[in-house]
Amino acid sequence: MEPLALYVHWPFCLAKCPYCDFNSHVRDEIPQARFAAALRRELAFEARRLGRRPLASIFFGGGTPSLMAPETVAALIEDARALFDPLPDLEITLEANPTSVEAGRLALLRDAGVNRLSLGVQSLDDAALRALGRGHSAAEARAALEHARALFPRLSFDLIYARPGQTPAAWRAELAAALALAADHLSLYQLTIEPDTAFASRHARGEIVLPDADAAAALYALTGEMAAASGLAAYEVSNYARPGAESRHNLAYWRYGDYAGIGPGAHGRITLAGDAAATAVLATRRIRTPEAWAAAVERAGHGAVADVALAPGERAREMLLMGLRLAEGIDLARFVARSGVAFEAAVDHETLCAAEAAGYVSREGGRLRALPEGLLRLDALLAALVV
Amino acid sequence: MTDTPIERIRNFAIIAHIDHGKSTLADRLIQSTGGLSDREMTNQVLDNMELERERGITIKAQTVRLSYRAKDGLLYALNLMDTPGHVDFAYEVSRSLAACEGSLLVVDASQGVEAQTLANVYQAIEANHEIVPILNKIDLPAAEPERVRQQIEDVIGIDASDAVMISAKTGLNIEGVLEALVTRLPAPRGDASAPLKALLVDSWYDPYLGVVILVRVKDGRLRRGQKIRMMSNGAVHHVEQVGVFSPKMIAVEDLAPGEMGYITAAIKTVADCNVGDTITDDRQPATTALPGFKPSVPVVWCGLYPTDADDFEKLRESLGRLRLNDASFHYDPETSAALGFGFRCGFLGLLHLEIIQERLSREFDLNLIATAPSVVYRVHRTSGVVEELHNPADMPDGSLIDHIEEPWIRATIMVPDDYLGAILTLCNERRGQQADLTYVGNRAMAVYRLPLNEVVFDFYDRLKSVSRGYASFDYQMDGYAESDLVRISIMVNGDPVDALSFIAHRAAAEGRGRAICGRLKDLIPRQLFKIAVQAAIGGRVIARETISALSKDVTAKCYGGDISRKRKLLEKQKEGKKRMRQFGRVEIPQSAFLAALKMDA
Ligand SMILES: Nc1nc2c(ncn2[C@@H]2O[C@H](COP(=O)(O)OP(=O)(O)O)[C@@H](O)[C@H]2O)c(=O)[nH]1
Ligand SMILES: C[S@@+](CC[C@H](N)C(=O)[O-])C[C@H]1O[C@@H](n2cnc3c(N)ncnc32)[C@H](O)[C@@H]1O
Ligand code: SF4
Repeated sequence: MEPLALYVHWPFCLAKCPYCDFNSHVRDEIPQARFAAALRRELAFEARRLGRRPLASIFFGGGTPSLMAPETVAALIEDARALFDPLPDLEITLEANPTSVEAGRLALLRDAGVNRLSLGVQSLDDAALRALGRGHSAAEARAALEHARALFPRLSFDLIYARPGQTPAAWRAELAAALALAADHLSLYQLTIEPDTAFASRHARGEIVLPDADAAAALYALTGEMAAASGLAAYEVSNYARPGAESRHNLAYWRYGDYAGIGPGAHGRITLAGDAAATAVLATRRIRTPEAWAAAVERAGHGAVADVALAPGERAREMLLMGLRLAEGIDLARFVARSGVAFEAAVDHETLCAAEAAGYVSREGGRLRALPEGLLRLDALLAALVV
Repeated sequence: MTDTPIERIRNFAIIAHIDHGKSTLADRLIQSTGGLSDREMTNQVLDNMELERERGITIKAQTVRLSYRAKDGLLYALNLMDTPGHVDFAYEVSRSLAACEGSLLVVDASQGVEAQTLANVYQAIEANHEIVPILNKIDLPAAEPERVRQQIEDVIGIDASDAVMISAKTGLNIEGVLEALVTRLPAPRGDASAPLKALLVDSWYDPYLGVVILVRVKDGRLRRGQKIRMMSNGAVHHVEQVGVFSPKMIAVEDLAPGEMGYITAAIKTVADCNVGDTITDDRQPATTALPGFKPSVPVVWCGLYPTDADDFEKLRESLGRLRLNDASFHYDPETSAALGFGFRCGFLGLLHLEIIQERLSREFDLNLIATAPSVVYRVHRTSGVVEELHNPADMPDGSLIDHIEEPWIRATIMVPDDYLGAILTLCNERRGQQADLTYVGNRAMAVYRLPLNEVVFDFYDRLKSVSRGYASFDYQMDGYAESDLVRISIMVNGDPVDALSFIAHRAAAEGRGRAICGRLKDLIPRQLFKIAVQAAIGGRVIARETISALSKDVTAKCYGGDISRKRKLLEKQKEGKKRMRQFGRVEIPQSAFLAALKMDA
């Protein structure tokens, strides 16, 4: 039986950031009690069909889960511990925004059971934070980081780079400052223009111009070098950690493990209790609109849109899609066991050989890995490789 | 309707350079003789195909029968023949002109004589036409009728002292044109009692009537119910309808000598109706055909391939439908290692090629890859066999070739002398041989012999650009000549892409190979792997470029647990790819096939 990773989605934010396409919503007043109850009910529903099993991680994501009442966080953690068999080193992460309001609640969240914090710092430059439409300053972010460092044994923060007009020199300085502040983990994302966001329309009008592919590649290389020099290895395309400090929860996504997702718009990949075959992967998806989701949970006990059993080919594609993002690559034995597809049947042979010859991928020790040059072009590589 | 005595018939064409006012004048003539009510008068009645209208050109010959009561009090039948104005359709023009006794030569009095004016007027002279010069647009302040009159005499060598000065736009002196037609053009001649001889001027497919044939009766009568015979192939048909254009179609009992009109005869496709053929009576056939018949021969060929291989049948069907109405264009299935199944298509010229391609995409919604156009080479093998080569990919190995001949043209270029230097340079670059250079005022007229191969890709564009649009150009085919030609193959990652190979003169081959590699480097977007583009003659590589791999293409942000979105994106991408043309692992965009071979630096 696969150990479980549990994702809890909190869909509310204080303001909508102009680049963000996550399922996040702004409300005058957050209906805390209603959503607490609904999340707990949906967790119970999910546990019933999953059955008792080892629980490896819990992740509170959003939205801005640092806006959750700490009691709700505590209750959900308690429920999960009761419904599953928590592993001794159960990882419990919560995403937090570094505004002063939320920073004040960090201790309470720690007391609720959170043992890993992920802070959305985004930038250490005030002008950049304004351009990103963030509601906090660099000083607030630094203060929140310092505060969190004292509270949580494990700490990560996010930065967005390759921003419009950002020079390599400016990023070098900002990243150096970030590495000096870093604990054991960093997520460093290049700014992506997502459809249907405020940035998308400004991009279409030419008001936002991103660095071109060559410049982005240079910034990416620089990022990897500097992080490595500070002892943070790139273990995924945009994630850097000291050895052993990788996000176990996110690894479950990338390794295509079982993860259950509750809350509005949450996705999951689960094998159900009683399904002997490890290959019977169900893709789950919840209603996106928070209130509609809550109403469904109140009515039926869950807010599922549709749960779909994935075909072997789909599982194979998803495993390749996720697994090649990891520096460790894909365990081919696990690939076959989990997807039900022979590796040779899942990839285009000619592309694979060419990719090996070009130094994009390696096949060694029963693993397929994207090498740095391949990682840099992973989307194009996947498009050609995956059949 | 057709009981007009032969001495009161006038058959005429209008010849003019584009935009000098041919259509406007035709409209005026129709209007002032009452052929159409004002309400029916859409602008430019004669150019009725959408595409023709957009480009301001005529593809199909058409006629209008005008009834005009002249100053002498008698009623005349004036048959206006609208001829295709473009050089690609020169043979069609010559057949249209053969159906008339005279021409109106329309010259824009503010512009003067242009290359197209010349080419057409020489054809009219060859057809023994009486030519009436018309100076149009004299309403314009910039009009210089006296200068242009002089120019007509100097350049063309015809008497222009009686040129009719008009404004087709304002309607000024249209009467003068009508009177000139009656008094200056000869009446047709013919023998009503001789066996039928009618010239097949043109034909087109009408969805309601089937094939409609435009004819000019020379001798005898053409009647409804008559059994006719095509003299080129002996095919016999039963005439169902006889009529004239007013310009509306009006049925009549028969057409007498000197008349122009149409017939229908339950004919399925225009391919059975060869322009220039002689139609005679099946039971009482003429012994000799009218002179000058030749089947139309395509001079430019290119491959047309569906972008989506699944569209092959649709392409075949669409080509068939187009051919119903245009027998001058040819197509045969062919396969390309690079492009799969498609057709090798022959055209009368570049404009013709463009028109067909545009119609295929516009009317039939087909996405096509067109390979570079090629002229027809004559390959003399060492074995003595002579072959026509339509596709560079089919060129035999050099050891099997004794020599190759290529087609030449005789080009007439008129240009203000400020730009003459640039034009001469261009012609020399294209292996041109100067045949004549004369000046008329501040305009130069250069006559060059040029290999057609040097003209097919982009000569016209270059001519326009080096002369800022002031040069005009026309040409006629001028025989074959031996030449030192080689085939240049283009290889992508070492694999030859047959659809990109082309033939060039040896002296230009290296430069052109380099230019094409350079251009492909710009045209082919960066891809997953780096791409080597090479040009080679035989086994010898003459140019090489490398397209580096994409520098970065990876989604930065992980979508949490929402893998479905990424997977579906990937699946859609794969679907799209299946429909794309792949060369090994390289995607070459459609546009590259034509654009790569444009020659300007
Ligand atoms: N001012 C003026 N313009 C004219 C005259 N005749 C034609 N045009 C204009 O010249 C342009 C080309 O005329 P058109 O009849 O289409 O030329 P075609 O290409 O020879 O058929 C049109 O914009 C006409 O309106 C004229 O007598 N005077
Ligand atoms: C679930 S999100 C947000 C967590 C939290 N609400 C916040 O904003 O700090 C996780 C991370 O994705 C990154 N992100 C969101 N939108 C992005 C975009 N358009 N381009 C690049 N990174 C993005 C940000 O770094 C963000 O911290
Ligand atoms: S706070 Fe985070 S989740 Fe909320 S809108 Fe901003 S980026 Fe999106």
